[in-house]
Amino acid sequence: MDWTRILTNVAGEFFAPTTAAYALAAIGLNIHFGLTGLLNMGQAGFMLLGAYGFAIATIAGWPLWAAVLIAIAAATIFALILGIPTLKLRGDYLAIVTIAAAEIVRLVGRSTALTELTGASSGLRGNQYKDTFQDASPFDDGNWALGPFEYAVNASNSWWIRIVGWVVVGLACWLVWLLIRSPWGRVLKGIREDEDAVRSLGKNVYSYKMQALVLGGVIGSLAGILYVLPRAVQPDSMGRSMTFFIWTILLLGGAATVFGPVLGSIIFWAVLALVKLTLRDVVPTTFLRSEQIEQFGWIIVGVALMLLIIFRPQGILGDKKELAINAH
Amino acid sequence: MPTEPTPAAVDARAAVAAALKDVPHVPGAPKPDPVLIADDVRRMFGGVNAVDVDHVEVQRGAITALIGPNGAGKTTFFNLLTGFDKPNSGKWTFDGRSLGGVAAARVARAGMVRTFQLTKALNRMTVMENMRLGATAQPGENLFAALVPAVWRPREKAISAQAEELLARFKLDTKRDDFAGSLSGGQRKLLEMARALMAKPQMIMLDEPMAGVNPALTQSLLGHIQALRDDGMTVLFVEHDMHMVRHISDWVIVMTEGRIVAEGPPDSVMNNPAVIDAYLGAHHDTDLGDDALLDDAVLEQLRTEEEAR
Amino acid sequence: MRSAVLDPGGTTMPPLARRIAALLLLALTSATLLLVASPARAQGPVASATAACVADAATGCIVGTLRTAAGEPVVGAVVNVVGPQGDLTATSDATGRWSVAVTEPGEYEVTLDVATVPAGETLRDPANNPRTVVVGLGASAAALFPLGAPADGGGGDTGDEPSDSPTTGTEGDAAVPTTPGSTGSGVTAARVAQLTVNGLVFGTLLALASVGLSLIYGTTGLSNFAHGEQVSLGGILAYVGTQLVGLPLIPSAIIAVALGAATGWLQDAGLWKPLRRRGVGMIQQMIVTIGLSMAISYVFQFFFGAGPLRIVTDTPTSVAIGPVRITTTTLWSMAIAAIVLGGVAYFLLGTRAGRATRAVADNPALAAASGISVNGMIRIVWTLGAGLAALGGVLIGLYFGATSWYSGGALLLLMFAAVTLGGLGAAFGALAGSIVIGLVVELSSLWIPTDMRYASALVILILVLLVRPQGILGRATRVG
Repeated sequence: MDWTRILTNVAGEFFAPTTAAYALAAIGLNIHFGLTGLLNMGQAGFMLLGAYGFAIATIAGWPLWAAVLIAIAAATIFALILGIPTLKLRGDYLAIVTIAAAEIVRLVGRSTALTELTGASSGLRGNQYKDTFQDASPFDDGNWALGPFEYAVNASNSWWIRIVGWVVVGLACWLVWLLIRSPWGRVLKGIREDEDAVRSLGKNVYSYKMQALVLGGVIGSLAGILYVLPRAVQPDSMGRSMTFFIWTILLLGGAATVFGPVLGSIIFWAVLALVKLTLRDVVPTTFLRSEQIEQFGWIIVGVALMLLIIFRPQGILGDKKELAINAH
Repeated sequence: MPTEPTPAAVDARAAVAAALKDVPHVPGAPKPDPVLIADDVRRMFGGVNAVDVDHVEVQRGAITALIGPNGAGKTTFFNLLTGFDKPNSGKWTFDGRSLGGVAAARVARAGMVRTFQLTKALNRMTVMENMRLGATAQPGENLFAALVPAVWRPREKAISAQAEELLARFKLDTKRDDFAGSLSGGQRKLLEMARALMAKPQMIMLDEPMAGVNPALTQSLLGHIQALRDDGMTVLFVEHDMHMVRHISDWVIVMTEGRIVAEGPPDSVMNNPAVIDAYLGAHHDTDLGDDALLDDAVLEQLRTEEEAR
Repeated sequence: MRSAVLDPGGTTMPPLARRIAALLLLALTSATLLLVASPARAQGPVASATAACVADAATGCIVGTLRTAAGEPVVGAVVNVVGPQGDLTATSDATGRWSVAVTEPGEYEVTLDVATVPAGETLRDPANNPRTVVVGLGASAAALFPLGAPADGGGGDTGDEPSDSPTTGTEGDAAVPTTPGSTGSGVTAARVAQLTVNGLVFGTLLALASVGLSLIYGTTGLSNFAHGEQVSLGGILAYVGTQLVGLPLIPSAIIAVALGAATGWLQDAGLWKPLRRRGVGMIQQMIVTIGLSMAISYVFQFFFGAGPLRIVTDTPTSVAIGPVRITTTTLWSMAIAAIVLGGVAYFLLGTRAGRATRAVADNPALAAASGISVNGMIRIVWTLGAGLAALGGVLIGLYFGATSWYSGGALLLLMFAAVTLGGLGAAFGALAGSIVIGLVVELSSLWIPTDMRYASALVILILVLLVRPQGILGRATRVG
């Protein structure tokens, strides 16, 4: 068994673009759930919408900044549409509506009726929309190695996407850090605890919940862009499971904490890579086919999510006393 | 902190009593200086009129008690007035402003702040955070301003000072950094009341302030409520405990089956046959004004019935 | 959300952990036992589809090129294509190209047989094998299987293929099975009649699944995201019975339903009751169901693959009633569903246990005070709910011609929509909601593309919440 290769690959997951994208999506979800107590079960829908918005705008010839704005606008409108009917209702309605809405985005996106626009179920190829992003790189093309990690500087799965991705993650963490300590964050925390109490103190709970839903959704849409830049926009890969992975990441790192989502994402992807790579090396393919190893990894994720929420709902970084879950 | 009646308290009480002296002891009686006037307020639950109030006025600066047997619709009426429930019909004005159908948050901002029967202290926030949340006019509660601490820090300082003062008054200052969830039931009631005062309301609505409070704290709670009146605030509170009502309220309104059946000063209401009927009709085993009502078992039973509804 | 006291201190942790471990072990071993010597999925005969396919008015092509990580063509790799036309196979040629000609448009599931790619080569994204393509006549659809280092660990600038899904089977395939008469276009009386019947059938079958979901929500307050897997379980167990064990359909279905109900009993005994006793909150329990749903669905995939599993392989006979065609299997299914739903209604309304169940749903504290064993009732509801879901899974698998790891998962949101429409926790509401959803799903394909019809039901859900949040039959509750 080649431990060096396995460990190198696992270490590569620490700062892979996917890890950054999931961390960012979990930061968005943290604003929904950790800060405000909103049960958003459709974060993948925000991501997919952001990805479509960015890719389609870019393919239509829009510049990078405009395409990003389109993604943000799409997420904002989506959040408003979801929030208007549900934010006045009990929390589990939001869960059902968000998961349904994310599914609607996916079903509509993969429909053959929209093949021209979205590429239906085969999606949009990365080469169609990643030029503007790569051209924005200040670096020269080529490959660059940092120790054992060698990636292209600008193209596709590149250093450039890693740098941008983690800078965005850093900015989002800073934003959450600022907000958590502000009176705005205090109102959200109060809403998470008991929204009637906050309402009785003269705060417009509906408006605050909407702000949180939009903000977290916009961060989710940026995560969606980040997620599809090194690959393709594939609606079926951004379905319900993706939302559940984001939840696992958030609960693993610790909801309502600043760095929980980032830590959660790093551990999630690194452990998953470790398990899969090790199994691939250790278990003969006659016994476990490669897709079974893949599935085995997801079984572990499901079981881990169950154990985590039962035995350590505050996650790694969370404080049990300030537990975000189940406040009322 | 006046738990014993001070001269000021006696004065305030006397002044209110004088103002209400000529008010007839009938349901819907007009008051000389009403702060809250409600007309034709109705709320149906599954075909039953939970609230059916033709007319009621609440005197400014007085402690008014809203009493009645279980299921009389007191809490529902409270919910309607404070915007936590929507009536099928009806309108009411608070300090001259129409508040019918207005959302709860705006009712609170208009100066009518409430507490809840089942205390809603925000358990996983500290006592101090609870207090700060009650304050108004904090620019940092705007998403964009929140990102620039310089904008909201000065106001935060003022809020904190105000909170410290109130906490000292309610003897919660030693608990300021504890989680609200770690407080006793009575302390949480006090915290909820103090938090409501952070908004400097004109009128405070207390939904069963004594429920679940241990007897040792009851006296101090009563003192606080009277002190609110002495500060010029209007107090409207729902209570089962007739004993408490008699001690502190200036005026009593009796509801049963959604309607207001009697009004008047405590002593006159206690002897009103309609009121006795209302209570006896609901609880043959409890005697009106009897201290047996203070019995924990009876209170517990009343509360369970209320919750089971 | 209901309130519950959280007890993170956890005094009962070790026994609970043991129970969960035992439960998972049980699930895994029973699945393994069922599958001992399970044959690899039958492969179609190796057709001579290597001749390049040319798309014309009557033909569509599914094509692809296989290259190694180094960019060399992969020769002789086998690709299986399963879809409306049956099973087809292609082999890649000297340039790495392969193609399959189809004469029926629709969705095809393309699987690269990884055993036939050169040693040392792995799929860059195993999650995307098999993958689904949609092909129309006169068109070519590409199905690419990039080889190279897995995930995004590296591999240079080749990230432009539509790949890299985190899920193994794509969630889309099973989501939109075709039903008789749902293709075609235009609003004709015959088509409306056919779709209405389809909608009633689908709604009734959906009701079997959603009544259980609603009962569980009603008695425990739990939104069970793993209920879809209970449905899949029924279908898969029936598949195991008929195809792997070789039983006739009816005994196999009965066993599937009985085992399904047993998993409900076991789940409550081994997982939910301990969690309730521990005071684990509702949101936490809901997240547990999400984890459970993920774990079970991937267990299904692990053992049965991501492809469709046909419970019966012979073509069903259909009868024409006026303009409507319906298979005899479906008629039988409807009769069974109607009897079972009638039985559930009788149970809830006419029996002591059923009334007790409804009392628990109305007010657990009061029910307990009146001497009803709340935990006992919840156990009955879990068993009943899981049994109904399993029956639903079997019948839905027969109706759509096949079941799969995701057949229940795809219906989960429709079940939630039905339950929400009917008013959360109202069993009869769930029945009415299911019929509405069934009709909406089928009839909406009169106006919108067939593959969007599930979306239409979800849109209806959101619209209803706007207008009548308590659902069709639900009642408004008091605030405060």
